[in-house]
Amino acid sequence: MIPAAFEYYRPTDMAGVIALLQEHGDEARVIAGGHSLIPMMKLRMAEVPHLVDLQGIAGLSEITVADGTIRIGAMTTQHDIINSALLVDAAPIMKEAALQIADPQVRYMGTVGGNVANGDPGNDMPGLMQCLNAQFHLTGPDGDRSVDARDFYEAAYMTDREDEEVLTAVTFAAPVGGYAYEKQKRKIGDYATAAAAVQISKADGKVATASIAMTNLSDTPVWSEAAADALIGTDCREAAIKAAVTAMLDDIDPTEDNRGPVAFKRHAAGIVLGRAIARAWSRA
Amino acid sequence: MSNKMHVKLNVNGEDHEFLAEPRELLIYALREKLNITGPHVGCETSHCGACTVTMNGKSVKSCTVFVAQANGAEVTTIEGLGSPDALHVLQENFKEHHGLQCGFCTPGMITRAAKLLEENPNPTEEEVRFGIAGNICRCTGYQNIVKSILSAASELNAAKEAAQ
Repeated sequence: MIPAAFEYYRPTDMAGVIALLQEHGDEARVIAGGHSLIPMMKLRMAEVPHLVDLQGIAGLSEITVADGTIRIGAMTTQHDIINSALLVDAAPIMKEAALQIADPQVRYMGTVGGNVANGDPGNDMPGLMQCLNAQFHLTGPDGDRSVDARDFYEAAYMTDREDEEVLTAVTFAAPVGGYAYEKQKRKIGDYATAAAAVQISKADGKVATASIAMTNLSDTPVWSEAAADALIGTDCREAAIKAAVTAMLDDIDPTEDNRGPVAFKRHAAGIVLGRAIARAWSRA
Repeated sequence: MSNKMHVKLNVNGEDHEFLAEPRELLIYALREKLNITGPHVGCETSHCGACTVTMNGKSVKSCTVFVAQANGAEVTTIEGLGSPDALHVLQENFKEHHGLQCGFCTPGMITRAAKLLEENPNPTEEEVRFGIAGNICRCTGYQNIVKSILSAASELNAAKEAAQ
């Protein structure tokens, strides 16, 4: 419950943030909503001698849609996502997923940037971002760069972000067609036993495009290209869904924990993906 | 490393200034520095919501906010919602409908419910249950909490209509 002591900073521009990260190296961390970092600090699983709060930086919590591209600032909260009419219209899967993350209080504080940068495979947004083929925008001492969500995750808590970089925004093309985020969990606020993000578009009664990503079924989110390929060109009925599930099961690698043994998680993964595909197709 | 910082908080309409280590959690600043002991601590993993207060218009778990982050904030706790002589409509309804037993979750529950009704003045039972899902209660089984909140919503709405 009692975190170790730290020095606190609330810079007002990104240059100030980067300077602090450069000065203190891996002794410094940025804090966004604080709802993964503070719990870890309270358990002393994270020690952060220099805590750099991003709340003083303007312009990090805007949602914009322009030329078919959606941009969500890193400090946008889950609450903001749920209540953004713009986003509900342009990418309704974001609200559907955000409502399955944590609980009201955590959603007022927890941010999109923190969710995707955290690196915990339990987080829901990383798989969703892979499904949407999002880009993550990073700012560091050498300037700005962007990384595909599908290339960002290396292992549990290991991402492509360098210690001196800050994730500032996510962008993705406005998705087309039907969508679903289906999550199996033990109770409100729990990380998924298994979850699936699906986007499907339809043409002439067949699946025209599909994208599928799975949450908490490996040490990273899993974008399953093979599962999507199994759907494309089909009528999305039972046999096609079964083929997609079979392909997905080859891509995941769950581990046993108190959410269940591997066999159960693989079973649950198949169920949630089947449901997500069916719901996405019904909306396509 | 244990340098104290100068912290300003407006709690229940009153300004407070004090020195605290940045790592001090908002819940402890409220309880131990300001003697505002309605908000409680029921866990150390940010699940239970017994520490819920309203900070800058958001329901937050004050066990998961450093006092450094809260510096400059406006905070409302259960003590700011009503008084023993003039209960808030939610407090009145929790009493009327037996929405509490031990009372430990109640300050967080009511503070959360107040924000919920502000954002959604006419919630369904399902919306109430989902809206208080960040608040755990060991005693009531939730049923009477839901009744209390729905009843408070009706009263607030009736009062609004009467005022028009």
